[in-house]
Amino acid sequence: MMTLKVNGRDHQVDADPDTPLLYVLRDDIKLNAAKFGCGLGQCGSCTVIVDGRAVLSCVTPVVLLGGKQVTTLEGLGTVAEPAPIQRAFMEEQAAQCGYCIAGMMMRAQALLLRNPKPTDAQIRAELEPNLCRCGTHMRILRAVHRAARLMDTADASSVTDRSVP
Amino acid sequence: MNAPVVIDRRTVLAGAGALIVSFSLRRALAQQPKPDQGPKLPGSLARSPYLDSWIRIDADGTITVFTGKVELGQGFKTAFRQIAAEELDVDFDALNVVTADTKLTANEGYTSGSHSMQDSGTAIQHAAAQARALLVAEAAKRFELPAETLRTENAAVSAPDGRRLTYRELVAGDLLHVQAQSTSNLKDPAAFRVMGHKVPRVDIPAKVTGGAAYVQDMRLPGMVHARVVRPPSYGAQLTECDTAAVEKMPGVVKIVRDGNFLAVVAEKEFPAVKAMNALAAAAKWKESAKLPKQDDLTRVLTGLPSQDSTIFERSDPSATGAKTLEASYSRPYQSHGSIGPSCAVAQLVDGAMTVWTHTQGVYPDRQGIAEMLSMPPASVRLIHVEGSGCYGHNGADDAAADAALIARAIPGRPVRVQWMREQEHAWEPYGPAMVTKLKASLDANGKIADWSFAVWSNTHSMRPGGAGALLAAQHMAQSFAVPAPKPLPLPEGGGDRNAIPIYTFPNAHVVHHFIPAMPLRVSAMRALGAYHNVFSIESFMDELAALAGADPVQFRLDHLGDKRGREVIEKAAQGFGWTRGQTAPLNRGYGFAFARYKNLAAYCAIASEVEINRETGRARLVRAVAAVDAGQVVNPDGLANQIEGAIVQSTSWTLYETVSFDETRITSIDWQTYPILRFNAVPERIDVHIINRPGQPFLGSGETGQGPAAASLANAIANATGKRLRDLPLSRKRIKDAIDA
Repeated sequence: MMTLKVNGRDHQVDADPDTPLLYVLRDDIKLNAAKFGCGLGQCGSCTVIVDGRAVLSCVTPVVLLGGKQVTTLEGLGTVAEPAPIQRAFMEEQAAQCGYCIAGMMMRAQALLLRNPKPTDAQIRAELEPNLCRCGTHMRILRAVHRAARLMDTADASSVTDRSVP
Repeated sequence: MNAPVVIDRRTVLAGAGALIVSFSLRRALAQQPKPDQGPKLPGSLARSPYLDSWIRIDADGTITVFTGKVELGQGFKTAFRQIAAEELDVDFDALNVVTADTKLTANEGYTSGSHSMQDSGTAIQHAAAQARALLVAEAAKRFELPAETLRTENAAVSAPDGRRLTYRELVAGDLLHVQAQSTSNLKDPAAFRVMGHKVPRVDIPAKVTGGAAYVQDMRLPGMVHARVVRPPSYGAQLTECDTAAVEKMPGVVKIVRDGNFLAVVAEKEFPAVKAMNALAAAAKWKESAKLPKQDDLTRVLTGLPSQDSTIFERSDPSATGAKTLEASYSRPYQSHGSIGPSCAVAQLVDGAMTVWTHTQGVYPDRQGIAEMLSMPPASVRLIHVEGSGCYGHNGADDAAADAALIARAIPGRPVRVQWMREQEHAWEPYGPAMVTKLKASLDANGKIADWSFAVWSNTHSMRPGGAGALLAAQHMAQSFAVPAPKPLPLPEGGGDRNAIPIYTFPNAHVVHHFIPAMPLRVSAMRALGAYHNVFSIESFMDELAALAGADPVQFRLDHLGDKRGREVIEKAAQGFGWTRGQTAPLNRGYGFAFARYKNLAAYCAIASEVEINRETGRARLVRAVAAVDAGQVVNPDGLANQIEGAIVQSTSWTLYETVSFDETRITSIDWQTYPILRFNAVPERIDVHIINRPGQPFLGSGETGQGPAAASLANAIANATGKRLRDLPLSRKRIKDAIDA
């Protein structure tokens, strides 16, 4: 049994130490956003934020996460109260099937947290590990730019990652 | 064929609350066409003619739209709702849409071939318009006023004197249980409030906030997790498997073995994965080396026995060629490569099997699964739940069969199966490899005098119907044989899709060499044969334009009579800034291509600019400008999204992708061995110009971009390098070798 802090809440998790974080998030904590795509760290659809950095949850054993803050897309906002990055993706209609989108958003969110005004080249470089098969890339780029603008103008409380005290 | 469906639906309707039956209205309104008589009903109404198969208004006023098609990320749930809201005069937000479910919706076969707008969209449009007419007629009777004096708005009918009746007040039990008529009083497109306007997709909010949006996200009470151990290669036989140690692993519920079908069930997901790995290590297989040579596919394919048919012939002896060109093009096997491996949930309760699946066809897949399980189809229900984008026949149906077969072994408990990445890559049915050979002559004026086109291809659909199409059924002890492949009939075609040129040539000869033998597992992949045929035709048109010394855009226009096609070409050229005699900057090139998908769906022209790194051979799409005519546009942003996606996806297919294999096994089994486009290759911009055709039929647009995007890229690469590449993919190595040659 270990304690895992996810989206600001402590969860008691009964999983083998080698269990990848992804399975704990989905199977034990019943979260949807982080997706199984490859289990190999090749596609990014499982991306979550750990202590402010984008992490591939499918290849990160849960044992390494004691005392760390895990944030998933659910921790950023809701349909009724979307975070800037969620609003931006809705406004840009930046999804087709959407399976990769949660991972894209978390990696972009991690970038924006440390670099609130990234250049187009920086966004592209940052998103390199994440695959999209529908070809929604142009909209994803537009959405990340928009999110940066929204964060710039939003009030500070909605800018920061709410799950991190 | 429709009878059982209607009965099912009626049962459901009865359960939803009984309403007043109005026999008089039915007699007054409906001059019902008898089956097989009169003009054909619009869209899928021809298959499912009852209005309440499409539109239902409940006693509480809830209005629901039913479609037998599925949401694959193309935005149909939104577009269908727009159509129904428009023709019913109901607020967009007041409608629900229910997608394919064998218990609830009409049988619309597969969601494929860019048919959804044409089939289901058209049916919903007419059903909604006719439902509105019935509601108005009922109001006219109650108001004792002529129907023409009444108006509909916001789910109510109002009279000039201010009297108003809501649809809820008007609807009677079987008011909408009437057969559709062949014509409807459709709205004037000039009055559209919802259709033709940009509407945010209804599925996106859940997808960007972590809502349960996919079958992968389902968690039913008591659900267990299963993993399948697939054979290491086609036809491999399981000779030995000591399961004792795996059975004792923590959390393992059951091992299911049936012939060469091997699976493990566990209480939780990761223990299921671990048990799968242990089981795979314990399993011994007998394999055979029978795959063809990957680097010699053109010779392999053209050497296989084929059924040959001339599918187009035109002759005008007065036109003769002076200069002749010949070329051969090829395409490798390519993967759908869904980002999310296939998944399904199945549960057997009291002899009834329910399967939640991201199949493209709940009815045909139900037939296959019922046959596999020796169950009557009526005892099997398939419910579509979204999955990762599929782009054709991927592992979805197989995962559904896996889940059903495993669920039968542990009755009562819901079983969730998700494939592993390497299983999806190794076992999905690929887009077939193809070869085309073209020959044409130019007359003295530089116009094409004769044209010859031959295509070699497997079938492009091995979708279920029967159980034999499903891996689990092929692998179980009492196995089902893979059904004999059939060519898909023209005018839509399969391997010969878009093989017949849209251009007008005085002499033309088109031959389809259909190859029944399938060395690799193949089936439908977005655009089917049109991807390669359009790549071939549109590359060759550029080669001929060069031979004629003509501008590629003008050369196409000189051979095209189709007015809408000409407008699409002109729009894309204009949007791109295409000019005759243009020269691209150093190491850059411009390319153009055009097609009308299937020669009967949406038109698409694409102009591209590429940049070539001459040192590495790397080609990068810099920008693309597309023009598309999809008839009456329902959701312009949804259409643009489809075309943008088609360009990026086709760029990936065209520059990078090849399924690889040795004599025995598929060797492209993940994103390392099957690389696809990443963000470093995403163009600077893509512009999509939509030519709307108000009031014209919907033309399917989901696949129209694949071929033109490929040829436009190939032509731009040829423009940049002076070298013509004819074998897909147009890889870095091939470009480098061509530059160095």
